[in-house]
Order: sequence, then C-alpha cells, then structure tokens
Amino acid sequence: MTDARTKDLLTPLFDSNPIMLQILGICSALAVTKTVATALTMSAAVICVLVLANTFVSLIRNHLPRHIRLIIQITIIATLVIVVDQVLRAVAYELSRQLSVFVGLIVTNCIILGRVEAFAMNNGVRASALDGLGNGLGYSWVLILVGGIRELLGTGKLLDVSILPTVAEGGWFEPLAIMLLAPSAFFIIGLLIWGLRSWKPGQKEAAEFAPQSVAREVEPQ
Amino acid sequence: MAERGGTSGTWWQRFTALPNNSARKTIIVTLTVALVCSVLVAGSAVLLKPLQIENKETARRSHIAALSHILEERYGSQIPITLEVRLIDLASGVVVTNVDPVSYDQRRAAADPARQVMVPADQDLAGLKTRAPWAVIYIARRAGRLEMVMLPVRGRGFGSMLYGYLALGADLEHVLGLSFHEHGETPGLGALIDSQDWKRRWRGKIIRDGGIIKLGVAPGPVDPSSELARYQVDALTGATWTGMGVTNLLHYWLGPHGFGPYLAKLREGV
Repeated sequence: MTDARTKDLLTPLFDSNPIMLQILGICSALAVTKTVATALTMSAAVICVLVLANTFVSLIRNHLPRHIRLIIQITIIATLVIVVDQVLRAVAYELSRQLSVFVGLIVTNCIILGRVEAFAMNNGVRASALDGLGNGLGYSWVLILVGGIRELLGTGKLLDVSILPTVAEGGWFEPLAIMLLAPSAFFIIGLLIWGLRSWKPGQKEAAEFAPQSVAREVEPQ
Repeated sequence: MAERGGTSGTWWQRFTALPNNSARKTIIVTLTVALVCSVLVAGSAVLLKPLQIENKETARRSHIAALSHILEERYGSQIPITLEVRLIDLASGVVVTNVDPVSYDQRRAAADPARQVMVPADQDLAGLKTRAPWAVIYIARRAGRLEMVMLPVRGRGFGSMLYGYLALGADLEHVLGLSFHEHGETPGLGALIDSQDWKRRWRGKIIRDGGIIKLGVAPGPVDPSSELARYQVDALTGATWTGMGVTNLLHYWLGPHGFGPYLAKLREGV
C-alpha cells in the first residue's frame, strides 16, 4: 500500500474519527452499546454497508447525474442495509432481535451518506473502499469500547463471560445499573472525546465566545 | 438540455459519451440502479426466507420450553414433564382430532379468506380483525396430571403485532407465565415485555374476580398491599400503549370469542 492508501485507511481511526471528531452516528452509538455482542454486530453491519456503498458509488461516480445523485446514493445504501438486515435475521436471529430497528436505521446514519458524498463521489474505487473500511473501523472501535465498558460495569460480564463476580452471584461487585441505560453512553463518549482531544489538541474546536472576565466588570476609578 | 451523445461506436460508448445531466442518461442510470437494487433486495429476501422462518420457529419453541421449565423449577426434574399438542376449535371449545396439530398453521389460517373467522368489532379488543378458527395449544402434564395449559395469544401492541403464549396453572384460574416470542416494540421501552424481570411478575396472578376478568397491566406501579395486586402487574415505563395492548389481548383471548369456551369445557372435564 502506498502512503496515500494507508492514510485513507488510518486517518478516520483517530485523526478524523466519525464519532469522536465529527460527532456523527451518535444515535446508534447510544442505543446498541449495552453489550459487546450487539456493538460487534452493529459494527460489522456498518463496515459492510460503508465499504460496499463507497465502492458502488465510486464505480458509477462519473455517470451520476448531479441533480439526482443523492437519491441514487440513498437507494444504494438502503439496498445494502436491507440485504445486511435480511442476512442478520437469517444467521444471527437473537442478535438481530436485540438490534431491532437500529440495523434498518443505518440508512439514515450520517457517516455513510457523508462518506459517499464527500469521498466516494470524487475518488477511485480502491481508495473509496479503504476510506469506507477506515471510517467503519473508526466507528467500530468506539462502539466496542463503549459496549465493553457498559457491559463490564453494568453486569460484571464481557461477552456473557463473568469477569467481575457480582454480589448476586456471591462475589463482591455491585453492578452499576445506570450503565445499562442510554445516558451512560453519553458520559462515556464524552469522556473519550475529552481524552482524545487532550492527546491530540489539534482536534479542539475554537471557542465560540470568550467568557467574560469578572475583573472587567469593576469600573476603573 | 442538448443531447450531445455521439452517433458512432458501440451503444456503451455512446452511453458513456452522453453528458451526465442529459435526460436520457438520467433515466437510464435511474432505471438501472433501481433494477439492480430491487433484484438484490428481492433476491436476499426470497433466498433467506427459509432460514428466517426456521429461526422464528426455533424462538417459538424455546419460549414454550422456557414456560414448561417453570414446572421443573417448582417440582424438580425427577418426574419428567410431558408436552401434548392439541388443536382446539375456538368457537365450540371442542378438540379437533382429525387434523394433525403440528401441521396446522394458525397464522396462515387467520390470513386465509377461505378459513378465517371475522372478529366482531365490539369484541375485537386485541385489534385482530380476523382470527383462525382453530388454535394450537400445549398441555404440560406431570405423571399424567394436567399442570399447565399454554395458549397462543396475539394482539396489537404499540407499533406491532405481539405473538406470545399465556401459561395457565392446573386450576385454570391463575397465570404461570406470559411470554412473547415475536414483536416489534420499541427497544428499551415496549420491548421489555420480553425481559425476564417483567415476565416473572406474571407468575401467580389471578385471572378473574367473580367472573370478571381483571388480569392485566396496571396503569402504573402496583401497590402490593392493594386488592388489585392479585390481578395486575406493574406497567412498563414509557410503554403505555404496549401495556394496554397486552391487557387487551389477554381480555380477548380469555374471553368468550377466544379460549373461553374451551377453558369452560376443560374446567368441567377436570
């Protein structure tokens, strides 16, 4: 792989992470991160859709009439999502029941339309596929990390294997019930963003306004 | 918009030479994408259907097994629990013997205009419109003694049809379990009808108070000291419509247009 290719793949992981920097795909990141298993399944589904949507759109990008390009893009994305949903229902029924509507809602996930419109429309097939994979992985590691934290602290388990023995099972760990509720994902993602921006200060956004200092309110005599 | 497509070369060259915004290219691209996408969607739906049906069937079976497991919890597993399948004529409450219950598809019969029974609007609490004339029920016995009757129930929840089983104890007056194996309720709200915690709350609830069905979901939390605590379970937060749907379907299926006639016959028989 050339440097440019590696960059397509790696930039979305940390430098331009779809969840952490662009703050996209938050809805599903809150909803499906109760357990690692659902986060993994959702990640796989999003990676599939993202890579394939980017590939197909990039293939026909030179022949897309500009005024109907969004309709065509959404049609392609929706088709891929339906196929992925059908496959999940056939091979992973219990997980697809837990994910319920959220697989179908990948259609409206801004990450996918964003990558298709911003990248695949202007780049070659291989670069687009790699960009899709990179963004998919960038989305996935956040999802899996949040899912891991929530499942571990909420139930004492990871992938249904007991890690911290809970009080109910005769151990010492008192599960944190809030971890099983959606707000906890907000807190965890917020903390992760804080951590990432401390590590890479370039991601900090400029302040929209300067807090007024108290000293200035004192009238000079 | 001027059509500047060349007139020489193969059709493919002529097509690619068309300006992207020309009407002809717009229509060709739209139709092609629509065609390819519809083939993919239809193909995946049709090819994967057998697997999906099998999955639903497995889920249904596991819910039946979980309900009969309640008996094992109570009595231990020394004496095995046997399950018996029966086909019931709902209107008369008579057992249908000339048809194999395993081969009877209740859901298909409810949708088949030749077989379906219309549910009168004033009795249609569960929002069914039609139901099958017969129902496949399960009877769990232990050492030959009837211990549990599992009745298939169905009704409209908030945004979807709920399919489940209501398990009644041997006296046919109290509930042993209620479990929904298929529904499309909101995750985290209505979908909690499938949660272990809520399912467990149904155990031991009494169905009737002097002939009137009182079993159902309370409008809010149930005060354990109140009279209604014998009949009602706590509502699910944020799922008012789902709870009302569950109450309504229980009233319908336990009522005269549902399993009422069969339960009356069974009560006389035992």
